[in-house]
Amino acid sequence: MDGIHDMGGMHGFGKVEPEPDEPVFHAAWEGRCLALNRAMAATGAFTIDMARAAIEALPPEVYLSSSYYRKWQLRLENLAVALGLAGADEIEAGHALRPGRKLPRKLGVADVANSLTRGSFGRPPRAAARFNVGDRVRARNIHPATHTRLPRYARGHVGIVEALRGCYVFPDTSAIGQGENPQWLYTVAFEARELWGDGAERLSKVSIEAFEPYLEPA
Amino acid sequence: MAHDHHDDDHHGSELSEMQLRVRALETVLVEKGYIDPAALDVLIEAYETKIGPHNGARAVAKAWTDPDFKRALLEDGTKAVLSLGLLSRVGDHLIAVENTPSRHNMIVCTLCSCYPWEVLGLPPVWYKSAPYRSRAVNDPRGVLADFGVKLPSETEIRVWDSTAETRFMVLPMRPAGTESWSEERLATLVTRDCMVGTGLPLAPQKAP
Repeated sequence: MDGIHDMGGMHGFGKVEPEPDEPVFHAAWEGRCLALNRAMAATGAFTIDMARAAIEALPPEVYLSSSYYRKWQLRLENLAVALGLAGADEIEAGHALRPGRKLPRKLGVADVANSLTRGSFGRPPRAAARFNVGDRVRARNIHPATHTRLPRYARGHVGIVEALRGCYVFPDTSAIGQGENPQWLYTVAFEARELWGDGAERLSKVSIEAFEPYLEPA
Repeated sequence: MAHDHHDDDHHGSELSEMQLRVRALETVLVEKGYIDPAALDVLIEAYETKIGPHNGARAVAKAWTDPDFKRALLEDGTKAVLSLGLLSRVGDHLIAVENTPSRHNMIVCTLCSCYPWEVLGLPPVWYKSAPYRSRAVNDPRGVLADFGVKLPSETEIRVWDSTAETRFMVLPMRPAGTESWSEERLATLVTRDCMVGTGLPLAPQKAP
C-alpha cells in the first residue's frame, strides 16, 4: 500500500528530537495499550502482518496526528471489529454485549516470559533460492494496494544481494489472510546515488530486507 | 469508529481520553474471555524492567573483550546473545553489524518501528517518529548531526532498513583509552544510541 507509513526519503518532517532520559512509557495507558495489543496477538486471532496493515490503513491525517500508542489503540479497535472479535457497539459501551469467540490461545501470567520474545517467522523453503550473494537485482516496480514490505524509495532501483537470510513468512499474503506462503529473504544494498540521484553522498549505502518476489535480475 | 469523537479538537485532554478508551477496550476483551488482565500487569512490568539496552550493552562489552564471542556475535547474533544467559529466549535472526574506521552503521525502520526489543528494549519516540524514519535513508549525516555526531567525510555510512523480521544492532568501536577496562566497566560506556548507530559509545572520562 502506497500509504503515509512508507516514509523513507520524504521531506518536510523536520529535525529528529531525542528526549533526554526518556521514560519507557509517557503515561500508564501507553503500557496498558502495548500489553493489550501483545496479549491479543498471543491469542492467534491475527498475524503480525495483519496488525501492521491495520495501522497502515488508518487515515493519513489520523496516522500523522496520533501518538505511537494511540495508533496501536485505534488499530486494535479496528482489528477487533473487522475480525468479529468485538462489535463497535460493545467498544462504544465499554462492555461485552455478547459472548466472545473461541480463540486458539489465551495469554496467562505463566506465559508472559516467553511472549516477550518475538515469534519465529522462519519456514522451510519450497524451492531453491533464485539469487546468489553478489547478484545485481532490481527491486520490482510494484504498487499493491494491500500490505507490502517493499518500500517505495527502492522500487525500480538496482542493488547488490549482500546476504541470503533464509526463508520466511511472506507479509504480503499473511496480511490479507492468504497464508504464510514462505519466501526467500535477501539483504539488498543500494548505493545512495542510485536511490537519490547525483546529489547524494558517494559513500553511503542503504539496504533493505527484500523478499524474493520483490526482486528481478538486473 | 466507536469513541472517535473528533479527538483532534481537544489535544489537551488526550491523556484522559486515551485512558478511558484503553480501559473500555480492555474491559470488552476481558469480558469476552480473550485476555487475562493479570497477564497484562506482568507484561508491563517486564517491558519496564527486564528488557532494555542493558542486555545489548553486555553483548557489546563482551565482544570488545572476547574475540571468540565477537566472531560468534557477528556470525549469529541470536545464538551469541542467548549464550550470555541474560534472556531465556531471543527472537530469530538478530544481526549484529560492526562499525569500523571506514564504515559506520545505522538502523532504521522506514515502514513502521521494527527494533531489536530483546537487546535494546522498547524503541524511543524519536526512532518511531516521521523525521527519523523519513531522513535516515536519504540524509544519514544530517540525522547524525541532530544527535551531535560528526563523522569523517571519508567514512562510509551504511543504513539498514529493517523491512522484514530480521533485526539489527550495531557493534560500535571500542573507545580508545579503555585497554585495561573490565567487561563490566566497558558496558557502562555502551549507550542505546550507539547500538542503533545514532550515537557513539561514551568517552572513558564520561563513564557514569
